Amino acid sequence: MDIRMPIRAVLLALAGLLSIAIHPADSRAADSPGMDLLKNRCASCHSLTGPAPASIHALWARKGPDFFYAGNKYQRSWIVSWLQHPVRIRPAGMFYADHLKPGPKRDMVDESTLRPHVALSKADAILAADALMTLKGHNDLIKMEHVAPGSISKSMGEMVFDKFLGCLACHRTDPDYGGLSGPELYTAGSRLRPEFIASYIRNPQAWDPKIWMPDKHVNDARIQQLVHYIESLNLGGSHASSP
Amino acid sequence: MHPVHKTYAFILGLAVLFLALLPDALLAAPAKDNYRTYCAQCHGLQGNGRGVNIRDMSVQPRNHTDGAYMSSRSDQDLFTADKKGGLAIDKSVLMPPWGETLSDSEIHNMVRYLRTLCHCQYGKQ
Repeated sequence: MDIRMPIRAVLLALAGLLSIAIHPADSRAADSPGMDLLKNRCASCHSLTGPAPASIHALWARKGPDFFYAGNKYQRSWIVSWLQHPVRIRPAGMFYADHLKPGPKRDMVDESTLRPHVALSKADAILAADALMTLKGHNDLIKMEHVAPGSISKSMGEMVFDKFLGCLACHRTDPDYGGLSGPELYTAGSRLRPEFIASYIRNPQAWDPKIWMPDKHVNDARIQQLVHYIESLNLGGSHASSP
Repeated sequence: MHPVHKTYAFILGLAVLFLALLPDALLAAPAKDNYRTYCAQCHGLQGNGRGVNIRDMSVQPRNHTDGAYMSSRSDQDLFTADKKGGLAIDKSVLMPPWGETLSDSEIHNMVRYLRTLCHCQYGKQ
């Protein structure tokens, strides 16, 4: 018998017990129309309560980004806009290996396996955004971050992002430049909160234990530079209608 | 304490004890699954160095099916590269450290898996 089965069962039981203990059923936000919308239209693909996948098989099965920390991750204005005109953020889908086919020179993204995200009306997008802003998982991690306002030259930013840390291997900094297994970063400046970017770079596994982004032990100064570089890329909005 | 809560606490205690007594090796994901999740993005689903990310990479990932090269690397080198990244064995920064993602026993299993991809051992093809 596969030894992982009973382990998984115990972990599930543990998670269930903890969720009963931690989340009393009288959450006020649960009554709002926005939260109802999230539960009815989003929760089948996005986890509203967490935790993040604890095994790689759960990771493979995840259909969309976790939302239990959406209020600490996303910028509200971006959510409102994106939900009305969704554009793919992960070029190879939620779990890249499920959307590849062999190519003559390298593995290629099999576009036929990718599905577009549903679009919402403006009114629903606003309701959803407001409800998402109330989901504040990992407040502790966010409180540890302080991103000072600042800027970085394009050449220095590219040096840090590509040559010093190798982020370009997996992330695109332009619609046709960079890797494909991670989310594109050329709209991340308007999509993500700076403290989230900083915290996620510092310790991706604290947010998502099994994610395929490594912890590269990036120091504080580099993290600040990366946040400023990612903010400087920001093409958010101008790509809203591209495929 | 409410009797129901006592029961929860008891079950919780048992579960934690059970997990604490499990050897790390039993919790490890199979190397093949770890390879598909973490390595294939650059080294390719077939391990041939042709991952989906490689087009714009300044240094191309190693072809793990290349027995001639892979046999020149010791198991310790492969372990170090996997755990601490390419720089730790004077190779590219594009090979990241996986030591915060995979346990030591998972990395040992990965080294064994790499030997099946290259059909080779250190010092002999």
